[in-house]
Formats: sequence, C-alpha cells, structure tokens
Amino acid sequence: MAVTEDVAKEGIEQETVDAVKTVGEKYKYGFETDIEMEYAPKGLNEDIVRLISEKNNEPEWLLEWRLAAYRRWVQLEEPDWAMVDYPEIDFQDQYYYARPKSMMEKPKSLDEVDPKLLETYQKLGIPLREQMILAGVEGAEDIPAEGRKVAVDAVFDSVSVGTTFKEELAKAGVIFMSISEAVQEYPDLVRKYLGSVVPVSDNYYATLNSAVFSDGSFVYIPEGVKCPMELSTYFRINAENTGQFERTLIVADKGSQVSYLEGCTAPKRDIAQLHAAVVEIVIMEDADVKYSTVQNWYPGDEEGKGGIYNFVTKRADCRGDRAKVMWTQVETGSAVTWKYPSCILRGDDSQGEFYSIAITNNYQQADTGTKMIHLGKNTKSRIVSKGISAGRAQNTYRGLVTMHPKAKNSRNFTQCDSLLIGDKCGAHTVPYIEVKNNSSRVEHEATTSKVDDEQMFYCLQRGMDEEEAVALIVNGFAKEVLQALPMEFAMEAQKLVAISLEGSVG
Amino acid sequence: MALTQPKSDAAEVLLAAYPAPLEQGQWADTARKAALARFRAEGAPGRRDEYWKFTNPSLLTAGEVAPAGLLDTDEAPVFEATDKLLLVFVDGVFIPELSGDLALEGVRIEHLSEATAKDIHWAKDVYGVLEADGQNPVPRPLAALNTAVATEGFLFHVTGKVSKPVCIRYVRDAEDADAVVHHVVKLDEGADITILENGPAAARFNHVLEVDVADGASFHHVRAQGRDHKRMAATHLFARLGRESSFKSFTLTVNGQLTRNECVISFNGDDAHATVAGASAGDGGDYHQDDTVFVTHDALNCESRQVFKKVLRNGATGVFQGKILVKEDAQKTDGYQVSHGLLLDDDCNFLAKPELEIYADDVACSHGSTCGGLDETAMFYLVSRGVPEIEAQDMLILAFLDDAIQEIEDESIAEDLRGRMKDWMERHRGQ
Repeated sequence: MAVTEDVAKEGIEQETVDAVKTVGEKYKYGFETDIEMEYAPKGLNEDIVRLISEKNNEPEWLLEWRLAAYRRWVQLEEPDWAMVDYPEIDFQDQYYYARPKSMMEKPKSLDEVDPKLLETYQKLGIPLREQMILAGVEGAEDIPAEGRKVAVDAVFDSVSVGTTFKEELAKAGVIFMSISEAVQEYPDLVRKYLGSVVPVSDNYYATLNSAVFSDGSFVYIPEGVKCPMELSTYFRINAENTGQFERTLIVADKGSQVSYLEGCTAPKRDIAQLHAAVVEIVIMEDADVKYSTVQNWYPGDEEGKGGIYNFVTKRADCRGDRAKVMWTQVETGSAVTWKYPSCILRGDDSQGEFYSIAITNNYQQADTGTKMIHLGKNTKSRIVSKGISAGRAQNTYRGLVTMHPKAKNSRNFTQCDSLLIGDKCGAHTVPYIEVKNNSSRVEHEATTSKVDDEQMFYCLQRGMDEEEAVALIVNGFAKEVLQALPMEFAMEAQKLVAISLEGSVG
Repeated sequence: MALTQPKSDAAEVLLAAYPAPLEQGQWADTARKAALARFRAEGAPGRRDEYWKFTNPSLLTAGEVAPAGLLDTDEAPVFEATDKLLLVFVDGVFIPELSGDLALEGVRIEHLSEATAKDIHWAKDVYGVLEADGQNPVPRPLAALNTAVATEGFLFHVTGKVSKPVCIRYVRDAEDADAVVHHVVKLDEGADITILENGPAAARFNHVLEVDVADGASFHHVRAQGRDHKRMAATHLFARLGRESSFKSFTLTVNGQLTRNECVISFNGDDAHATVAGASAGDGGDYHQDDTVFVTHDALNCESRQVFKKVLRNGATGVFQGKILVKEDAQKTDGYQVSHGLLLDDDCNFLAKPELEIYADDVACSHGSTCGGLDETAMFYLVSRGVPEIEAQDMLILAFLDDAIQEIEDESIAEDLRGRMKDWMERHRGQ
C-alpha cells in the first residue's frame, strides 16, 4: 500500500508511519531455507521417542520419562473444547525430529558454517556478530557486541543451533543454554525441575511434548542475581511436515531477576504445521520473572491455507513468598492458537500479571487467555487482554481466576476488550471465576465493540488512509499491553499490528 | 458424539421415576415423543458436563426423591397483597377448588390435560418447540424430560392487555413429591400479561415455562422460589421474542438445597428488549443456587440485560453462567450482563462464567462480574454515623440486592420482595 508522504505528519509518530510502510511486506519471514536436513522417520511410536532421546545422548531417566509420557499420550483424546476448528491432525504424518546435516558436528569457524544457515539468520534480522555465535562458531564470544546485549538461543526445527553470550552470563552465574546441553551439564537441576510445573499428565499437547521434545532453552538464575542482560529464544520452523516441540525451563532462585523474550517464525507453506511447546517457570522467594512473547508463526494465506497450529502450554509457579511473574504476549501469527500462559500463586504475597494482544485476520483462529490460581495469602493478579479480530477470523479469550479458601486478602482485576473489524469475524470471551473466601476481591470486566466511527473520522480527515487509521487506532486500543513489552519488542509488535491487519479494511 | 453408557443409564433411571403420559391427542403425542427422543439422545446431565461444571446435578437426576422437610411458617404468601387471578398447585397438581375463576379478559387459560386431549391445538407451535430450539448449542435434558412427561401446567393464549396478573402459587404438602409442571404462554401481537409464580412447589420440582412473545407484545414475570430449606428445583424458561416486543423476568431465590434456574432467550424480531434478573440469598453449606442464562441475538437493534446478585453466608454457594450470543447479522445489538457475589463470611463460594460470543461487529456488549466481602469503608461510614453494626450490614446487603430488584417494573411487587429480603436477613443475621 502507498504512503503518500515520507515525513511524519503532525501528531503522528514516526514509528506508526514506518509500521504502516511495512504493511505491504505482509509476512516477510515466509521464506524457506533450502538446507540438507536429517530426519527421523515419519510417524510417532516408542522407537521415535527412543531415537530422539538417543540423538540427544540422554540419560536413562529422561528416556523413561519420555516413554511414560508417550504411553499416556496414546491413551488421551485430543481436546475439543476450544473455539477453534481445524481439520483433524494426523499425528503419524509428521516428522518429529529434523536437524540441519551441517549441525551434526559443531563448526569451528565461520567458513565451516553452512552458508544457508547464515543467510537464514541474516534474513531474520539477527546481527552478524550474534549470528557467528548463533551458528555455533567457537571464539565469536570474545568479539564485543554492539549496543544493547541480548543473549539468544536459536532453535532451528528440532535442534538448538547456538546460544550467545554464554560466557558473559556464566560470569554472573547464570546458566543459559539449550535444554539438550543442560541435560548433559546440569542433569540434577534439569531432573529436579523438569515437569514440576507442567506435569507429564497435564494435557494432550503437553504430554505429547514431554514424549518428543527435541530441544529448547534452559535458564537458571542463582540466588540474588539480576541477570545482566535480556535472554531470548528464537524459534524457527523450516523443514516441511515437521512438528516443532520445544521445551523451555526457567528457574529463578531466591531474589533473582530475569527478563526473557521469545520470538518465532516459519516459512509460508500450503500445508499446516504443528507446534506444541511447553514452557515451565519456577520462581522462588522474592524472584521476578518477565516473559515476553511475540508470536509470529506463519498465519496461513488469505484463503486460510497453511499456517502453524500452535498448541502451547505455559505455566509459571510462584513457589516462594513475594515471587513475581509477568507474561506479556503479542499473538499475531499462527493459523490456530491454543495457549493459556498461567500463574500459580502459591507463595504468600506473590503476584501474577498477564498482558496479551491477540490479533487474528483472514481465517486465523485464536483461543487464548490465562489462568490465575490464587493459593497463597495476599496474592495479586492482573489480566489485561486485548483481542482484535478482522477478516473471517475468530478470537476467543478464555481465562480462569480462582481464589482458594486459604488465599485470604487476595486481589484480581481482569479486563478483556475485543475489537471487531468487519462483519464476518468473531470475538468471544469465556472467563471462569471461582471465589472461595470473602476477604478476596475479584473484578472482571469485558467489552466488545467495533472501531469507533468518530476516531476513524478524525484520522481520515487528517489525511490518513483507512488502513493507516485502523492501524493507529488499534495500536491505541492495545496500548496498555504494548507498554508492558520490553522496548525492542514493543517496536516490533507495533509493526506487527499493522502487518497483521493488512487487507482487513474495505 | 455418541452418548456414554452412564449418561444413557442415568436417563433411563430418571425416566422411570415418572409415569408415561397416556396416549392423547395427536399434537401432544407427537410433541412428547419427540421430546423423549431428545432426552434419550442427550442423556441425563452429569458432573462431567461442562454446563454442569459448577453444579452437581445428581440430586436432580436421582431415580428417587429424598424426603425433604416442610417449612413451618405462618408467613403470608408472596404477592398476597396484589390483585390477581390465583392458580394453586399442591405438590405440582392443580387444585381448582383453591384457585380463582379461569375466565379473565384478554387471556384464554386452559389446563394442559384439556389441551392434550384435543387432536388439534394452537399449542403445537409452542409446546416443546421453544424448548427444542433451546437445546442447541447446549443440551438441556431436564427440560426435554419435562416436555415428554408433564401432564400438569397451563396454556395461556394472551390476546390483549390482561387487566390483572395471573399468580401461580405452588404449595408443598408431601415430603417426597416429585413434580413436573409445564406452562406455555403465547402472546398475540400487542398483548400484555404479567405472570407471578411463588412457592416451593415440591420436594423436587421440574418446571418449564415457554413464552412466545409476538411483535409488540409485553411479558412480565416475577417469581419467588419458596423458602423451604430442603427443596430442589430445576427450572427452564424459554422465550422467543418478536419485533419490538418486551420481556422481563425476575427471580428471587432464598433457601432451597439445590436450585438451577435456566433462562433461554432468543431475539427473532428487530428492536426488542429483554431483561433477566435475579436476587438470591443463601445461608449454610447445603444452599446451592445456580442461574444459567443464554441470550441469542438474531435480529437487529435488540437490547438484552442480565443482572444477578447473590448474597451468601455460612458455606453457601452461588453460581452464575451467563452467555450473550450475537449472531452474524444481529447488528446494533446492545448486550449487558452483570453478576455480583457478596460473601458474608469466609467459606462461601461464588462461581461465575460470564460469556460473550459475538459474530457481528456493530455491537456494544459488555459484562462485569465481581465478588468480595462487604465494603468496609461503607460499613465504617454508617457505623460512624451511629447506625448499629447489624443494621448497617442489613442496609448494605439490601442495597446490594436492590440493583436486581429494581429491574421489576411493578413497584408494589418490588416493595413486597424487598420486605421479604429484609425479613430473611433478620432471621439469618449475626449467627
């Protein structure tokens, strides 16, 4: 789409103009890297589970853990309560393990790294110096990075390609590595916490993940440490017919602090692909974890063909008193999203926050929300959810707030607002509220409306075109959540809002 | 999805509790058989059903009714002071001797058993029809069961403005009565009627009220569900609203060990209005009250309001499940829904699921749900001005419930119910 002037008009921020300019690019991460891959045979059975475990050189207990999960999964039925509708998934018609052949042996220098992998990271906009490290080149850690530091763990299909700033983090005592490495280097830590927040039996997709997860990130922040930089994981699905099942485990020990970012993209394909991740966060006394996601999986085309089926279980367990967790998510991608980042507020005075923007366009479907489970005294939670629905999309907020009898003097505030753009889309709210003591207070409010005519008129008569105006209004509608995002993400998220709504007007 | 064996078995057990109605007129047989098939297809409600997540239906689906003690009271019945046509049911059976003359201007009143004896009757377009429509998307098996086995109830054909309310009083006599009552109200264009219902009805009461409101007609409904502590009730109110029609229903529930009130409203004509409101007060761990409302907007420019207030103490449980469904072309819909729980002590439960499902864009829909204890600041304000603590508490509780009671149009009836609430609080306070 055309933007008439390059300079920002009075009263319009430059970022908004830039964001709108990028609208024409649509889904810009939809390219595919043509790289030689190593696959496990298609389908899922105990042998595949053993194979994944063997590839990662795992200890016996982990293999048993996976097998137990697999055996349970076979007994389970796929849940159907979410307001999403998709053709039945043939779980036997998927690859459960895929890694670039060049990653079989760790490359020693830049020359040895598969140029196609390098190109992929460049295209995804990851700076070169980080890229060297990402591709697993030894020695790149010594080159000082420019600007603000963000340590990255990059997961390409089933394997972690590399983790940056590992050494600098190690100086602070922070462990940040792929979970497959952590199993080797810190087996006791992994064994202690893995599955302790999201048990193997949790739900269909989490059980599946427990059986076949191939990689993911592991973070341990020791007592009293404020993580010196932001940590981030970048997920990339590349191979065809391959499910991605990553597992993230974050442990924040007493009094520690960390901010964690997560990003994801996938190529454009006509056939839908499966992604079923599990994120577990353990938060001890006085620790503080901030987890931000910009989910930008390929959403499928205008006709609803292809895209990622995103079935994710995320949960934080505030085990200690005064523990704090904050989930922030910007959900713009995926054909189907099924995701409920939750907080178990077990410690007294612990706090959980959930800020979410879910944007669905064309034929996208999102069923997302949170659970706030108040168990400890004086616990607090806050939910701000903004759902935006355009085209023929369906967007559902589904949430649970429960105040247990012992959670005295607890507090919850929930606000879910939905915005509809066009008359063929849907916006739904399904909150569950359970209050079992009288010293706690729960407040829930929800509204659904369309883009305000007066705001639209104001923008149009200022010379904006319709799509620009909608992007601006939507950014305003979602402001409370955008403000909760870390700076880098906030910029990206603003742009994404504009891109995701491309073609929704007129 | 195929019906599971336990649900199917439970359905047969429940069905066996009621005598099958005798073969009668053609329309009635057809309606009953269809309802029986619906009930069998759905099975009995069970604990694992999402729609029964907060309320355990086992008492309502048991093959036998556990005897429930009667309340000994000399209190005057609700609506006693209102000028009305009185219809009295004892343990779910109509007693003409205790009732007034059925002739009333503007409405033709006919007992269900008279109508079902005829081969052709206007009721065939309403009886079981609104109930069947209301089975989708959520099954309501107890309502289907009611249609299939009910032999008691009245058919009201409202042709004009009815001069005084019709009051249906349900009296309990036996300790183990298991009553099934099914009423149908059909309002012609521009007609207007007020139906009042009160009393505990039976140890177990399955009640269906189907209301077909034609264009421009108005239906008012106020209900007080008797004070017996051990009674159980599952009620269903189905309404279909025509253009520019108006529907208002209010329910007061105090006491009762298990009450499930479902209300299913469908807007079929443009510019109509519906209000469903309820106030409930419960004391003790064996009080469980559930308001489940489903409003479907399938017409332009309609307005719906849901206002529910619950006061709970000593382990009582209050449930609210409300849904506003706005279909694709139901533009300009105004949907409003609030549910509030006031917990007077620590072991009560307020469980709510206020839902919105919206497929039209030019709408203003909102819901709010809050729960907490008495406002300490308000208490302090009153006490510091010399109001004794107990009175201050009563005052705040009454004010809290009043948001729902205000939805009743007739001020004298509202005042009657306020008085009942005040009495209830006097009996139940400070223990």
